[in-house]
Amino acid sequence: MATTKPPVLVVLQLSGGNDYMNTVVPYKDPLYWDYRPRVALPEDQILLLDNDVGLHPSMGPIRDMYNQGKVAIIHGVGYPNSVRSHFRSMDIWHTCEPEKTGTEGWLGLATRELDPHKDNIVTAVSFGPSMFRALVVPGVPVACVDDLDTYGLLTGISPAQQRSKILERFAQNYSPVIGTDEVMKYLGQTGLEAMEGADILKVAPQKYSSTVQYPNTSIAKKLKGIAQVHFADLGSRVFYCDHLGFDTHANQVGVHATLWTDVSTAIEAFFADLREHNAADNVLMFLFTEFGRRVRDNGSGTDHGAGGVSFVIGDAVQGGQYGEYPSRKAEDLTQGDLAPSLDFRGLYSTILEDWLHVDAKPIVKGSFEKPRFL
Amino acid sequence: MASEDIALMAHLMRRAGFGASREELEARAARGYEATVEELVNPTAEPVDRHDFYRYHPGFWKPITSPGMGGSAWFHTMLTTQRPLEEKMVLFWHQVFATGQSKIDNWHELINQADMLRDKGMGNYRDLLVALAKNPAMIYWLDNCDNHGHAVNENWGRELLELFSLGVGMDGHPNYTETDVREASRAFTGWTIAQAPPRGYYNRWDWEFEYLEEDHDDGEKTFLGHTGNFDGEDIIDIIVQQPSCHRFIARHLYNFFVADEAQVPAWMTTPPRDPEAVDTIARAFADSHYDMRSTLRVLFNSDFFKNARFAKIKSPAEVVVGLMRLAGGFEFPGPGIGNLSKNPTYMGQELLNPPSVEGWHTGAEWINSGTLMKRINFAAGLLGDTNRPGIRALINRLKAQGDLSPEGFVDSCLDLIGPLQVEPEVRQNLVAHAKDAGVLRWGTEQEASTSSARVGEMLQLIASVREFQYA
Repeated sequence: MATTKPPVLVVLQLSGGNDYMNTVVPYKDPLYWDYRPRVALPEDQILLLDNDVGLHPSMGPIRDMYNQGKVAIIHGVGYPNSVRSHFRSMDIWHTCEPEKTGTEGWLGLATRELDPHKDNIVTAVSFGPSMFRALVVPGVPVACVDDLDTYGLLTGISPAQQRSKILERFAQNYSPVIGTDEVMKYLGQTGLEAMEGADILKVAPQKYSSTVQYPNTSIAKKLKGIAQVHFADLGSRVFYCDHLGFDTHANQVGVHATLWTDVSTAIEAFFADLREHNAADNVLMFLFTEFGRRVRDNGSGTDHGAGGVSFVIGDAVQGGQYGEYPSRKAEDLTQGDLAPSLDFRGLYSTILEDWLHVDAKPIVKGSFEKPRFL
Repeated sequence: MASEDIALMAHLMRRAGFGASREELEARAARGYEATVEELVNPTAEPVDRHDFYRYHPGFWKPITSPGMGGSAWFHTMLTTQRPLEEKMVLFWHQVFATGQSKIDNWHELINQADMLRDKGMGNYRDLLVALAKNPAMIYWLDNCDNHGHAVNENWGRELLELFSLGVGMDGHPNYTETDVREASRAFTGWTIAQAPPRGYYNRWDWEFEYLEEDHDDGEKTFLGHTGNFDGEDIIDIIVQQPSCHRFIARHLYNFFVADEAQVPAWMTTPPRDPEAVDTIARAFADSHYDMRSTLRVLFNSDFFKNARFAKIKSPAEVVVGLMRLAGGFEFPGPGIGNLSKNPTYMGQELLNPPSVEGWHTGAEWINSGTLMKRINFAAGLLGDTNRPGIRALINRLKAQGDLSPEGFVDSCLDLIGPLQVEPEVRQNLVAHAKDAGVLRWGTEQEASTSSARVGEMLQLIASVREFQYA
């Protein structure tokens, strides 16, 4: 779908290792039922997509969008020699460096390409208390928002009049002083960027009005913040947020259902809000997780695995399923896990080149097979 | 008390500890600088009793390790210790011997490693390296449990040389060869852990070092020019005799305690910013046969240290722990300690989970627009809280000075929070702000209450200036 607006990417990171096989369920495969005596989903509640797979029962809103052709399911995403450590695997996804330790995040590099002269310091906005490594590249400004309503420098100071006086002093204190050393100059510039970013972003909740009711969940709050900044037309191109808790070693059935209810209903509200504001056409949402989970359940949940599933959602997406669901046959598993069938760096390449229009090779460090969902 | 003595003592306590209250600075300055250094390297105060923490957080008591508590047991020790240099050395070694939860997946083993660093970190470096080589978290972190007589895994052997003792090289020359890595690794075959790490989060048992003689390669090895049937301890004995080792540890100490250096990977080609200082530390290290106490004593008593005030960007741990100790009221390990201990993480330093075995990049690389805002807001939040005991004490000291002109008000605040040196333009700016509300008066109850609030606000403003990010 053609739009003249600049493309915007929203990344939703499912932290902890989302269970692929209970998200996109290979319900026709008898092995699924054999492997998962304790965590298999009720067959009559699975939301069937075709003759092979169906979605988790809590994913109704995603199924509806899938039926409208707005969801691409990317099967078997991972990388060679999959790592079962959360942090290391997440680092690999963030830096595209499976072999050595990477220091530059893929979206930080993309942000630098999108805004090489730092004309807009809110080109990338991260929602979460800490910065995601995917966004970190030295010298690339990223606004890191905890809570948009209270975001800013020295927000504890009141009344507002007094605070703005203090912020004026702050700006003067950070202004370039002749003869200061490089580190002082760097601190000065960074401080002004932080303040400017906060200044720019604070208009977003003020300008916002909507009839859409977001659910009262942490992920809905983050996506609402993203919608607010997007509607405020501040030129932000990359948004990032996460939802925690997918590490379902125990009591998976109940926990995983709640997680997907929260994520699906938040996404539903987010896109409803985008449509209400005529602002959906240039938004692409990308969901990923650091790894899938073990094929066999452990009696209550599932342990860390390898190949996983990603979703890309938006008006521009050619809906459907891409790549191949990795074989569940015992002889095809690697250490009891699904063998990844698609390198995540190919998926990134599609997003970078065919959505954000930046050269992917230097960012993902190579050429990888691109799923063609755009 | 001469203000210069206080300024010097404040500098020492920021670097050799997590800062100190004005009362403590005065008491220490009265005892003298060298006596204070002596007390810091040979502390007499009782160590923190970890049971105080466990009593209120039993979920952290082994064999159960609640993952959500992360490193908060160590964080609480940093907040409450009266042996600050000892704790600072744990932080130092943790940055050098960076070991992370990302792979260990067991906070308790990391806390055990930190406890080992506290136990050995101020003693003999040779003994510390031996303990490190036998530390179960390190063995697992660098795969020495996969280093077998018939199949050598070089991970530990390489990092021991590259990151923990020698460095890749100096003045453009390599400090060791690939053959040395191989031979060192062979010497550590059979150094493993007794129990394979279990898969679940709960009910874990301590990992134990185990030496498997049948898995050890007892053949002849040639390492850094020495030949023999070396074991791991022999390798460490050879390492600690190398001048490159003395200089590598000296440069790390300089970077951590004296002034920000180039990042470690640049050390082979970039000379130290003060080569003489690094030589002095290296000599003290070698002359004392690798005794950290003797080395630290020389470092802190040197002129290059005394003259390096505000030559370092504080690490997130220093920012958070220093401010919490200054503001006070965090001594009791309340229910919020788990969340409080995550504040360094929000500023880019997740303790016990460094980004890689290379540790964190330090100095100006701690700062980006997101982390700088976190630093400023965290500092302002605590310093503006005029109910905290440490802030009250500060206000009382100002009050004791009587009514203060805007200039006097600003200078006293800068003095009491540091003493902190700021650019003249910044001071003018602070004075201009103080002038808006005129003379600081304490006469009536109303005046005292307004003035208290003004002090809190001035401290917040000071917490936001660039200079405050320096230690």
